[in-house]
Amino acid sequence: MRDPGAVRDLGLGWLDASGPHADIVLSTRVRLARNLRGHRYLARAGAADRQAVYNRIEGIVGTPALPGGAELLRMEELDVHTRRIFLERRLISRDLFGRGDGKAPHLGSALLVCSADAVSVMVNEEDHLRLQSLMSGLSAMEAWSLVDRLDEGIGRDLLLAYHHEFGFLTACPTNAGTGLRASALVHLPALVLTREISRVLEGLDKVGLTHRGLDGEGSDFVGNFFQISNQTTLGKSEEDLVEHFGRTVSAVIDKERRAREVLRGAGPRTEDLIWRAYGLLRHARLLAYRDLMELLSGVRLGVSLGLLQSPRVSSLNRIMVFSQAGHLAEAAGRDLPGPERQTHRAEYVRKVFESERTSPTTDTES
Amino acid sequence: MSEPDRICDRPNCGNAACVHLTQVVDNKTSTQYLCKACAQAKGISALPAEGSEVVDFMAQLAEGDAEEDTPRVAEPCARCGLTFEGFRETGRLGCPHCYTSFEPGLRRLLGRIHGATRHVGKVYLPPDPDAAHADRRLDDLRRRLRRAVDSEDFERAAVLRDRISEIEPVESS
Repeated sequence: MRDPGAVRDLGLGWLDASGPHADIVLSTRVRLARNLRGHRYLARAGAADRQAVYNRIEGIVGTPALPGGAELLRMEELDVHTRRIFLERRLISRDLFGRGDGKAPHLGSALLVCSADAVSVMVNEEDHLRLQSLMSGLSAMEAWSLVDRLDEGIGRDLLLAYHHEFGFLTACPTNAGTGLRASALVHLPALVLTREISRVLEGLDKVGLTHRGLDGEGSDFVGNFFQISNQTTLGKSEEDLVEHFGRTVSAVIDKERRAREVLRGAGPRTEDLIWRAYGLLRHARLLAYRDLMELLSGVRLGVSLGLLQSPRVSSLNRIMVFSQAGHLAEAAGRDLPGPERQTHRAEYVRKVFESERTSPTTDTES
Repeated sequence: MSEPDRICDRPNCGNAACVHLTQVVDNKTSTQYLCKACAQAKGISALPAEGSEVVDFMAQLAEGDAEEDTPRVAEPCARCGLTFEGFRETGRLGCPHCYTSFEPGLRRLLGRIHGATRHVGKVYLPPDPDAAHADRRLDDLRRRLRRAVDSEDFERAAVLRDRISEIEPVESS
């Protein structure tokens, strides 16, 4: 069973590249970990606890506690394709998706979505509630404001686990206090090419931020994409955490832009790299996702430097999401085995490149 | 926790070690320091899945074992039955009440993880607040309002003023 109705355009708002520095910062996410008082955390929760948490959230859907159009999607009721699409859009975690091939998600796990789209809540994750907002570009304070408003509504109706000294209580003590994790997905090809990246990443560590690859801890830095986030959550106010995070990511952006200027004046090698990437994506007949990400990195750099007029940054964002396995299968209306998936991926990318080349000012994506 | 300047033990590697591998074979313990790539090449893939802070955190939990002055909590949590040892093994608490059950040990751990033990952020106002809750919440909102005004974030300031006005009748009653 496929359930395209549940998928819609959820979680895609950031693709439009409308936020500040969107050529370098793809998206900013702020999430808050919250738990309901009197219920066990997932690792020790029985079916009754999980169902009770679900029921409590279900009880406030359609009330003023939540933004208009809020809807609760129960994971067990969604087919695996739909869950995979939510996973690929980073609306749900692997835990909510369900571990292992075909394994059902935990009872009572759900995704609360709002028609406004930029905010959502994972229900019965490691914490009972994981509120998150996802925005284009470097928009940390805006993302915090959105998720704060959602948190206010929920906290007004549901009794949250809160300790006068430790703040909001979470399943893992690394999240206690504010429960706030701000993260930015950034593209830093020039810092990688100029070999400055190690120093920059070490610097992040010294100021309390951490980094990882596109697919989380343990993944390498495919396509020169990095996720930067705050490391500690207790002892500073939310505004302090978010402001410090935003300021530090801004400093990284400055360094990346300076490195880009160095590359621009450093002979034809950068230009060659960019045009080769463009040529391959424009003409390839088979594309592995990893290869695609490496090539997209070159093209993204070219667009940002003004060496390439197309595709637009928003289209490059869109390719990153829509060329993943689940999205390709959705478009094809069936599962695609590996080699066929590569063919479909290459064809999809060629179409985007072709349409933008011939009519660069027309939005042909939708 | 891996020692910061330690180099991977595999010959000719030279990368910084981030995995501390202790193996017990025939009652003999051997220790190796490996970089991430060499660890994965040896088939060690059980690295925590989310965020390097989790790796550090598990190390901090282990570190506590070596410290004799770490408060020992013998009783399991009265609400969920988790023991402090059980928490040390998984790094996950069982329920919100664990923070009360294991308070001394957790305070110390929180200090190591965050460099602080006291929450200074948002003050939560429960659905049925008493006067003390409301006072703390008002102080926090006023502090945040001043900050929003100082940084000329007037949209946020308006939101905070609304929140203040919602509570003030509670305060005066």
